[in-house]
Amino acid sequence: MSDTGNTLLSVNNIEVIYDHVILVLKGVSLEVPEGGIVALLGANGAGKTTTLKAVSNLLGAERGDVTKGSIEYMGDQIDKLTPSELVKRGVIQVMEGRHCFEHLTVEENLMTGAYTRTDGRAAIEESLEKVFHYFPRLRERSTSLAGYTSGGEQQMVAIGRALMANPKMILLDEPSMGLAPQLVEEIFEIVHRLNKKEGVSILLAEQNAMVGLRYADYGYILENGRVVMDGDGESLRSNEDVKEFYLGLESGERKSFRDVKHYRRRKRWLS
Amino acid sequence: MEFLHAMTIGPIVEIIEYPTFFMEVLIGGLLTGVMYSLVALGFVLIFKASGVFNFAQGAMVLFAALTFVGLMEHGLPMWAALIATVAVMIALAYAIERLVLGKLVNQEPIILFMATLGIAFFLDGFGQTIWGSDVKPLDVGIPSDAIDVGGVLINWFDITAAVVAGLMVAVLAIFFQKTRIGRALRAVADDHQAALSVGIPLKTIWMVVWSVAGIVGLVAGVMWGSKLGVQFTLSLIALKALPVLMIGGFTSIPGAIIGGLIVGAGEKVAEVFWGPAVGGAIEDWFAYMLAMAFLVFRPQGLFGDKIIERV
Repeated sequence: MSDTGNTLLSVNNIEVIYDHVILVLKGVSLEVPEGGIVALLGANGAGKTTTLKAVSNLLGAERGDVTKGSIEYMGDQIDKLTPSELVKRGVIQVMEGRHCFEHLTVEENLMTGAYTRTDGRAAIEESLEKVFHYFPRLRERSTSLAGYTSGGEQQMVAIGRALMANPKMILLDEPSMGLAPQLVEEIFEIVHRLNKKEGVSILLAEQNAMVGLRYADYGYILENGRVVMDGDGESLRSNEDVKEFYLGLESGERKSFRDVKHYRRRKRWLS
Repeated sequence: MEFLHAMTIGPIVEIIEYPTFFMEVLIGGLLTGVMYSLVALGFVLIFKASGVFNFAQGAMVLFAALTFVGLMEHGLPMWAALIATVAVMIALAYAIERLVLGKLVNQEPIILFMATLGIAFFLDGFGQTIWGSDVKPLDVGIPSDAIDVGGVLINWFDITAAVVAGLMVAVLAIFFQKTRIGRALRAVADDHQAALSVGIPLKTIWMVVWSVAGIVGLVAGVMWGSKLGVQFTLSLIALKALPVLMIGGFTSIPGAIIGGLIVGAGEKVAEVFWGPAVGGAIEDWFAYMLAMAFLVFRPQGLFGDKIIERV
């Protein structure tokens, strides 16, 4: 999968254990090329968020631990770096469920994203302009408290805040969560433009496989803490199993509800 | 009947009859309230930024005052002692973060609270071991005579305390609203996880907060120390800060000030005008009763953060 350029991030066979007991990832490997959008798909509890947090090292705050494997970013081992150091190097996570600072205004929220920057006020102002350019709605709401903005706006704040750090790579966790389909579309369009115009690489965790695969260059499907399938966006979308299990489409005649017992019948590719 | 009269009509009549006396009591009370606010501020800072209720704030006030007086007794000029004490309080913050709180990341709030209880005992003992446990007089050159403002006598000391508190609140407000670190502090107060995810280093932030709380404690310690002398009871004034916090709200700096004013003025006026009817000593429990009423009717306090709920 290296036709898009150099590998920016590579996750090699990592295992993650929470609280010293609960094995959540059982050997996940993946690669994100420079300037690519890679989707991580799977159901609830498959390990998408954990994978992202292993990369951004937010796991530490939840008593999670990477016990095996390695994570490399631009050729360097990054498993031991703090989230703050990672942000400085250009890896930032947009957490699931938006997590805005509710009692700060939209603009202040965005400015917190620039906390680690050392390149001066002018450059930060420029980034702020850039964020407002991509998310014009945020400019209108810039002085209102983030807690009082809509879900879509909060997602925009969260993504904009990450942009303020001038990242090379955004780990985007479930941006579609709790949003109307039209808004999901809008946000994915913006993410897509960011990727193309600003060259920000994106590792996307998404339950909504339909949208995820439409925008991703490459996809991995996680199940029970393992990668069970990978391929480029197009080939995954046309794969019969993916169609049936994740996209809700199926070939041939319609099955009756009695036959469709997704969770029981779901195929396990490795185990 | 007589009691009812003494509780209701009597005090009102008295207030109307002697307005200057009432003003004197009221202003005296307000200015004492400012002193409570000074102590409450330290609690608010730490609670806001880390969600930890720092039981050691009172001990920090005592420790700071003891260090300050101790250094002055050893012949340091006042400004040097002040700078040195600030340095000590920052070092203390660093040590607390490194040795105690840093080890307890992700623990329940009650565990962190217990840890601060431990810190309080340690500081009480440590301070007195180093500097001795006698009552030390502290004179920072605040005049103690009173001035006459339109017939109302006001103590210079109280005015100074009010000015100092006002200045401190102004500085803190600028720090929180306008600086990068201040913004990060508020971000951390709102959502630790998110703050971590955008690259704000929590440990640094917590150290800054504890340092600032230590410096606020020093100011409170110096003011209270000049009023009562530096002694062990200083660490107990923290108990008076509790009702202030309940009334003003645990997360609001203006709340700490207003809460202090309400408690200070309320207890003085109650003591002077309603005291005789119930045999006095209202001052000792008035604040707690008021706090209890607040807990029942407005648990977040006057200015505490409301939980924002989108509908």
